[in-house]
Amino acid sequence: MLRLERRPLPSARMRLLAPLIAALLMFVTGFAVFALLGKDPLAACAVFFVKPLTSLYGLGELLVKTAPLLLCAIGLAIGFRANVWNIGAEGQLTIGALAGTGVALAFGDTESHWILPAMLIAGVLGGMAWAAIPALLRTRFRTSEILTSLMLVYIAQMLLAYLVHGPWRDPDGFNFPQSRMFNDWELLPILVDGTRINLGIVFALLLAGLSWLFTDKTHAGYRLQVAGLAPAAAAYAGFSEKRNVWLALLISGATAGLAGIGEVAGPIGQLQTTVSPGYGFAAIIVAFVGRLNAFGIVLAALLMSLLYLGGEQAQIDLGLPSAITGLFQGLLLFYLLAMDAFVNYRLRRVVRAPAASGAAA
Amino acid sequence: MSPPRLALHGITKRYPGVVANDGVGLVVQPGEIHALLGENGAGKSTLMKIVYGVTRPDEGRIEWEGREIRIDSPAQARALGIGMVFQHFSLFETLSVAENIALALDAHEKPAALAPRIRDVSQRYGLPVDPDRLVHSMSVGERQRVEIVRCLLQQPKLLIMDEPTSVLTPQAVQQLFVTLRRLADEGVSILYISHKLDEIRELCDVATVLRGGRPGGQAVPRDESNDSLAQMMIGRELAACSLQPRAPAEIELELTQLTLDSGEPFGVALQGIDLRVRGGEIVGIAGVSGNGQKELLAALSGETRCTARGMVRLAGDPVGHLDPAQRRRRGFGFVPEERLGRGAVPAMSLAQNALLTGAPKGLVRRGFVRMGAARTFARQIIERFAVKCRDELAPANSLSGGNLQKFIVGREILLAPKVLIVAQPTWGVDVGAAQLIRQALIDLRDQGAALLVISEELDELFEISDRIAVLAGGRLSPLREPQATSVAEIGRWMAGGFVGEALDAFIEIEEAADAAA
Repeated sequence: MLRLERRPLPSARMRLLAPLIAALLMFVTGFAVFALLGKDPLAACAVFFVKPLTSLYGLGELLVKTAPLLLCAIGLAIGFRANVWNIGAEGQLTIGALAGTGVALAFGDTESHWILPAMLIAGVLGGMAWAAIPALLRTRFRTSEILTSLMLVYIAQMLLAYLVHGPWRDPDGFNFPQSRMFNDWELLPILVDGTRINLGIVFALLLAGLSWLFTDKTHAGYRLQVAGLAPAAAAYAGFSEKRNVWLALLISGATAGLAGIGEVAGPIGQLQTTVSPGYGFAAIIVAFVGRLNAFGIVLAALLMSLLYLGGEQAQIDLGLPSAITGLFQGLLLFYLLAMDAFVNYRLRRVVRAPAASGAAA
Repeated sequence: MSPPRLALHGITKRYPGVVANDGVGLVVQPGEIHALLGENGAGKSTLMKIVYGVTRPDEGRIEWEGREIRIDSPAQARALGIGMVFQHFSLFETLSVAENIALALDAHEKPAALAPRIRDVSQRYGLPVDPDRLVHSMSVGERQRVEIVRCLLQQPKLLIMDEPTSVLTPQAVQQLFVTLRRLADEGVSILYISHKLDEIRELCDVATVLRGGRPGGQAVPRDESNDSLAQMMIGRELAACSLQPRAPAEIELELTQLTLDSGEPFGVALQGIDLRVRGGEIVGIAGVSGNGQKELLAALSGETRCTARGMVRLAGDPVGHLDPAQRRRRGFGFVPEERLGRGAVPAMSLAQNALLTGAPKGLVRRGFVRMGAARTFARQIIERFAVKCRDELAPANSLSGGNLQKFIVGREILLAPKVLIVAQPTWGVDVGAAQLIRQALIDLRDQGAALLVISEELDELFEISDRIAVLAGGRLSPLREPQATSVAEIGRWMAGGFVGEALDAFIEIEEAADAAA
């Protein structure tokens, strides 16, 4: 008989191993799914996980998709460590894209080096403003930020749809719901010829480094961590809960907003009805698979980016539905949560004790 | 001679990482009141869980009235005739006494049918309990009676009492002892767990001592002194605290008409509390918990803001409107009642926990944490206060309760506060560590700090306080010097008796003034 038994101390080894085992189980299950769909599982896995990486362009795409995932995830991780559950990064990303686009459109065709930085700053501020709403509701009315931040995603998407269908629609765009194309000076510069790698990934890696510095080395990062681990201890030590909630939400809003403007001023090049295939939600998985740790999140963002690319490749080469990406994301999170149980518990074989000598009363 | 009611032989129980009981034996005779003594973590609770069928031993034999048995569940233990009164009651506040007892009995009985039996038992043993009363309106002592009556309805042959007096006033303790002696006279065996040595010497026939999970010997408590019993528990001699009289200095902490509603249902509102604590003085506040202690602590620490800023003053300045961080900066220090989760972050290392309130010790520069300085500070605390731990990188939850308390008290003392507020300084702490903590508090007083100690342990307050008051029902009694009062008077006040007395005293003074005029 097997029994789940509490470990005397949480296992540090299992904490690191859990995401790796989860990724492995995801591969194994994916293998089985391909076989059930009547595809040759080995070939399908090669298409899904290897083929996207075999060209320079493919590697470039990996980094292009990693950038927004990484940006959103490092911001979210700072909040998650402090028990602030912002799950509306997708909405903050959308508003970031809107705000940056607004700046570009306001300047028309005026050429200036200052427009792109202004767009980026507007994107960051837009994301922060959108995240400030759940922060205000939580600190003022004790509203759950889980609900409010999620609901604000849909409001942001409605706002986006209104703008691209209405006031911001390109007059020369044959009535398509999109803004005008951005000018060269409004786009993030390409770093490697023959790819779409742009400055976004540099920002993302830089901010990942900064987030490590913030959580591990600063007093503000320490206060957020105490608030997450033991709220009563934070209150006792005089760390203001309100300040922590604001800080966590504003940071995650800022990075999500940057991700949003990075998308429209990067690979997309204009505002469209969709600016993200769910990066803001996938980033929640990335943050947890990466153990809320900056280095882990970089690796997890790369893996998640590969799932997006593989999903696209599988649609083209194997004729599989686009839901395949969501399937793999779901498997990854599911297995991670299951494996996390083994951080605090372990399985043990128990031999049923023979009845103690003598009869029971 | 009849066989013993209960005999345990060579009981061993291992948990992952620790041996809780190692070859422990215990023999309880019919009609005997038997004390189980030991420091925290000595294995008393584990042994009782084994007797009550909650856990099973890895090794050893259990005999019940001469027959070897196995106890697989609490239900089976109850069927044998073993009853247990827990330290923390499991009663539903919204139900009546009879409904609560009906829920807890193994046989299904209607509350209405139980009521006469409850009245009968409560009269026979001097435990006044009204079966129709709702539990939420009852005091802690009354709730304990409900638990005892519940056990007695099952006509137990062995009654286990786990720290029964920690929530009672001295008078209620005497009432309880009368009941327990009557039960013993009728042949019921009682296993009595406590760390209050006075009570054990007064009540118990035999004591079995556990030390670090191992047998520590047997004694007849009446023939021993507190010191000799304590020595059996900790294995060495105990030094006493010394409180030298000292001329009090300026007023450091002043409460003026502190009145505050409790934010919680069933909470206690503070009503017009006046108190002055001077530098170089320890003021002790006694009282049964749930009489406004939590509310008073929150008002002092700043976790609850006062309605008027002048209600709390520090060295003359109003601080009632300031938050905990601002009050700390002005020289307030706090030791909270809950250690894990409030006084320390369980999963963090001691060095990181030193940083929790230690930032003013130069542990933060320009917003960055100086981890090296935090480790040095943690090492200082560990050395000065003899904290037993692996090193300063050990997580807080790997320490025993007493050692963590030494760490927290040490951290707050080394921050050199002008006013230190301490809640339950030695609650659940073993004798040796308790002594060290009390002496550290006295040393801080001798350096001129003002201390306010809130505790349920009367003996402790009498030992370390310059003046004592009682908090009952959200009101504060007059202050008395320990020499000028007695356990009996303080006990009467703990039941709220000072309100009438204070009024009498007031009228006396008025009359005297009138007469003089």
